[in-house]
Amino acid sequence: MDKQSKGERYHRQTILEELGEQGQQKLLSAKVLVIGAGGLGCPVLQYLAAAGVGTIGIVDQDVVALSNLHRQVLYITSDIGLLKAERAATKLQQMNPDIRVNPYELRLDNKNALDILKAYDIVVDASDNFPTRYLVNDACCLLQKPLVHGAVSQFEGQVAVFNAVGEGGKRTANYRDLFPVPPKEGEVASCAEAGVIGVLPGIIGSLQAAEVIKLITGIGQPLVNRLQTFNFKTSDWLTLSFQPLLETAATQPANPLAFINTVYDWTCTSGNVAEINAATFQSLLAEEGITVIDVREIGEQPLLNEIEHLQIPLSQLMDHLDTITGSTIVAVCQTGKRSRQAATILANAFHSKKIYSLQGGIAAYLLSLQNK
Amino acid sequence: MTIQVNFYGQLADITGKPGLELEGVHDTQTLQQKIHADFPALITATYRIAVDKKIVTENTPFHDGATVSLLPPFSGG
Repeated sequence: MDKQSKGERYHRQTILEELGEQGQQKLLSAKVLVIGAGGLGCPVLQYLAAAGVGTIGIVDQDVVALSNLHRQVLYITSDIGLLKAERAATKLQQMNPDIRVNPYELRLDNKNALDILKAYDIVVDASDNFPTRYLVNDACCLLQKPLVHGAVSQFEGQVAVFNAVGEGGKRTANYRDLFPVPPKEGEVASCAEAGVIGVLPGIIGSLQAAEVIKLITGIGQPLVNRLQTFNFKTSDWLTLSFQPLLETAATQPANPLAFINTVYDWTCTSGNVAEINAATFQSLLAEEGITVIDVREIGEQPLLNEIEHLQIPLSQLMDHLDTITGSTIVAVCQTGKRSRQAATILANAFHSKKIYSLQGGIAAYLLSLQNK
Repeated sequence: MTIQVNFYGQLADITGKPGLELEGVHDTQTLQQKIHADFPALITATYRIAVDKKIVTENTPFHDGATVSLLPPFSGG
């Protein structure tokens, strides 16, 4: 296509003073990876391709089904049974031959994610399950990529921008600052189970595309440290603010090796994590094969001299998993908060061990000793 | 003191209503005790609490007329 028609394609947005030719050049140079080519992914892909985002990756291992068509508006009836990533790529390429579209017909996992994400500037989470959402979030944090989050359920949707560069070069909040621990399996229903009104992912996906364009061009204020929600029934919009938390890093893999060793498919079933009170803890101490881990920072008072234990601060737990033996593990800390996080990490790492967190922490345990 | 509590997503399915007005709860901790007693299925539900559109992590006192939002994660796409 010649230069003039190229200019004409984007004319209505380049005449926007804040975007201009410079903004268009940024869009054409940008590389955006979209995880999921379903209800959210379709509008994201369509608007990014139309806007001239120069390189678009599409990750999806599914084929088009008839029950997708009420909301996945890139596909037509004759696409049923064909791979979504391939169909989407073909259609986007027809719509805008100036851009490059890379289909990845695979399921994103902790073995392939870092390699795929590495080649892109911005990642869009348009997936439909929690394991992928936590995996993509952690990968983006490791690779320092901004993540545009979108999710829907029945009549409501959420949008946010995670892990962008904020003030002073610090990374903004990520998904785990919002929901540190994945919900238990079955707690939150998927679209397939709970249903979704077709236009809703269209609205939320369009918002995700808008956030991507804002991030690339620098126009306006992206939804960082904020979560926007929309209710189809009431037409209410609600924007909540939230902040990065110091303790979040401890729930995430700290390096690529830890990432590869994290079992994401399991994180939704934290079934073998339980909180125990001081009395139950005391009776457990008498059992064989029990390992107590103090996850407080070194030097925190009071010291736990009363019982034999390992000391591994929560912030270093991921790196010391290989030193932990025993069939039953009890994580303890000052108040029972950090140990709960530690228990989640341990449960991820050890599927066959029983994992407990001491409720009320060492304070509660020492108090129970006094009252004995 | 009266506060407005709004339930989002599947939390509204648990409580059977999108929101309710409550009296006599003065902070997020007493609110949780009250709603967990009234709707036990909330005990095991994952959600965050926002007071006047700010997501809070510690026990947070309410002022009269505060709007409290209970927000679960969504997985669908």
